[in-house]
Amino acid sequence: MIKAILSRVQQGHRTYAYPAQPPNLPDHFRGAPSLDATRCTEGCRQCLEVCPTDALRLDGTRLALDMGRCLFCTECTSACPTGAVTLTREYRLAARRRDDLIVDGAFEPRRKALEERTRKLFGRSLKLRQVSAGGCNACESDVNVLGTLVFDLGRFGIQMVASPRHADGLLVTGPVTENMSLALQKTYDAVPSPKIVIAVGACAIAGGPYIGHSQVRNGVDNTLPVDLYVPGCPPHPYTILDGLLGLLDRLEERASFARNAV
Amino acid sequence: MNQEQPDLLRASEPRQPGASAALPVRAARNGQAVLLADIPSLDIEDFRQGVIRASLQHRRVAALFGAGEAEGVRLYSVVAGDGEGQLYLASSLVKGDAYPSMVDECPQIHLFERELFEQWGIRPEGHPWLKPVRFGDSRRTGNANASNSIGVMDFYQVDGEEVHEVAVGPVHAGVIEPGHFRFQCHGEEVLHLEISLGYQHRGIEQAMLANPPKRALPYMETVAGDTTIGHASAYCQLTEALGQSSVSARAYALRAIALELERLANHVGGLGALANDVGYLPTASFCGRLRGDFLNLTAALCGSRFGRGLIRPGGVGFDVRADECSKLLERLDTTQRDVKNAVNLLWEANSVQARFEGTGTLTQQQAEQLGLVGVVARACGLERDIRHDFPAGFFRLAQIPVSVAQSGDVFARAYVRWLEIQRSYAFVREQIQMLPVGTVRRACNPLLPNRLCVSLVEGWRGEICHAAITDAEGRLSSYKIVDPSFHNWMGLAMALRNQQISDFPLCNKSFDLSYCGHDL
Repeated sequence: MIKAILSRVQQGHRTYAYPAQPPNLPDHFRGAPSLDATRCTEGCRQCLEVCPTDALRLDGTRLALDMGRCLFCTECTSACPTGAVTLTREYRLAARRRDDLIVDGAFEPRRKALEERTRKLFGRSLKLRQVSAGGCNACESDVNVLGTLVFDLGRFGIQMVASPRHADGLLVTGPVTENMSLALQKTYDAVPSPKIVIAVGACAIAGGPYIGHSQVRNGVDNTLPVDLYVPGCPPHPYTILDGLLGLLDRLEERASFARNAV
Repeated sequence: MNQEQPDLLRASEPRQPGASAALPVRAARNGQAVLLADIPSLDIEDFRQGVIRASLQHRRVAALFGAGEAEGVRLYSVVAGDGEGQLYLASSLVKGDAYPSMVDECPQIHLFERELFEQWGIRPEGHPWLKPVRFGDSRRTGNANASNSIGVMDFYQVDGEEVHEVAVGPVHAGVIEPGHFRFQCHGEEVLHLEISLGYQHRGIEQAMLANPPKRALPYMETVAGDTTIGHASAYCQLTEALGQSSVSARAYALRAIALELERLANHVGGLGALANDVGYLPTASFCGRLRGDFLNLTAALCGSRFGRGLIRPGGVGFDVRADECSKLLERLDTTQRDVKNAVNLLWEANSVQARFEGTGTLTQQQAEQLGLVGVVARACGLERDIRHDFPAGFFRLAQIPVSVAQSGDVFARAYVRWLEIQRSYAFVREQIQMLPVGTVRRACNPLLPNRLCVSLVEGWRGEICHAAITDAEGRLSSYKIVDPSFHNWMGLAMALRNQQISDFPLCNKSFDLSYCGHDL
């Protein structure tokens, strides 16, 4: 027992002061894309050709990137000879509408909270049931990590629960395989209304690398209505956390609360 | 310890070297491209004997897969001789819809035969357990074996007084992947566990044949997302061998560092989860954080916590500067200090040891017969480690001792992880300090035509086996992936026999297998 207490002293206090302090992201962090079509040379289609998921589109002179399909793999940024496509360090990627994931210039975070009624219901206590529907265990791991003491999801009143009956919504990862679609639907049906659905990761938004496979349904919103999209392959834990807090409109409040407490 | 001699061993009786004529095989190294014409094409009886004899010679079947041909389905066997450093390749064309099963004599291929049946509709006659593997992965038009809806099949059932059935999944209580488990119980005691998977099936192997292979790397990086480095390395090793492309020593070193960081993160996380499953919260809590610290070291190399974008054909996608190396070392040392502190609590807590010891025991004989690999096999005393037996890439230059334990229980599987954590840490530390200089990525050549290549990597779970065949134009015509989980799920089912059903989460975590890696 005494050893466990001594260990506790050595391990120290590790909960990061987010959102009072911005997250410390790795040097090579790959966040939101930034596009500058004015740099494009005429007839150049190099970025479009290398993109594994056809996330980039060129309509006339308008170059657009669908973050919902993007794997943040750097194929386009490496292929672009003029620096028209770059990845920034912006980690706040979540959006409530699918269309808001399409970037055609510099990226601005597009957070938007839930409607007032649901926000009042869930704002202080949100219980989520996680369903992996073909996820590769990367998104699952980075959702799981939010429960560790570094992120301490519980301090925001958000908790992953074991049963859909106890949940206010689903957090879905994976492209929704045919083999999981019935189980996903049944889990959704078991959640009492009103309920929300959060799609985490490129697979859950549009199918990820598996777009177009006959074995998958190209994302959650072909099966269930989605209230929040969190892009990334997988999204950084802070991208997921930012999305959740933005949805509940808790970010500003928590940030100022934390500042006062410090 | 289970001392009974299962009847599976009867096949070993006629074990006299040279009793029958040697069967032709083509020997190959890990990551050596072989001309298809050099692989002996045997008749099915000789092919069967080759596979059956392998298991009697203490060799393993690393892969057994089919490739469609005009006249039927060609079976390929990849037999691994641990300690010999050789892979033995053979093939046989099955023209009809059936062949005599090999399972009776060679139980470790039970799942391969089921897979062949599901994919190609060729029936292994006499297979005692011919059930779906993934519920839908047919590769032959007119395949009579139209798959059922997922989970719809005859489960093994036990009848009797006070016998009851517990069905769990596909959606589980935790944040984990889906799978279905059926327990036949007598009271608390599990008589039999049947594991039925396939929920994660995404069709990767078939999609790998697309031309151009734009998505090949994203597929490889998400075969099992927690093994991004392992699977991407196996793929790159394969394409480099098939194109006879060279890779710099620096790139090999960075790949090896990334592979060991992946092992460190997952093993530390695994020990934390084991602590959680026995209700020992200090280690569970500390290790949850420390796992993330190792993931962040991988992120320091390439920006992604799982190593996405790091392993690339011809080398690695990111170089590391000298000043970054010293920062990495510093972070590695402080993390390891805390890991040591957190994990040692486990070995000193009697309550933890009481739950670990003697739980979910497999004998060495069972492990060998089932063809188990990785941590699980080493915890049964089997010295199987690709880094040691089939070294490729940087492991030809720098070795890591094989970590083995003998007791085959949850304790052994935990302790092997702890040994590997210490050895991987020492390895990463040493290699970061003496990184070879040079370029990190070279251009790759196109793939050579009409070749077969097998690539093995010791991922954190165990042996990752990729096998590819190229056609006359040098395009991939067959791509086979065997995740270590494919071999090991049956081990979990066997370990649960005569255990308390309440020990299932602990046993399951001690195997820590991949669902999507199995379902692909």
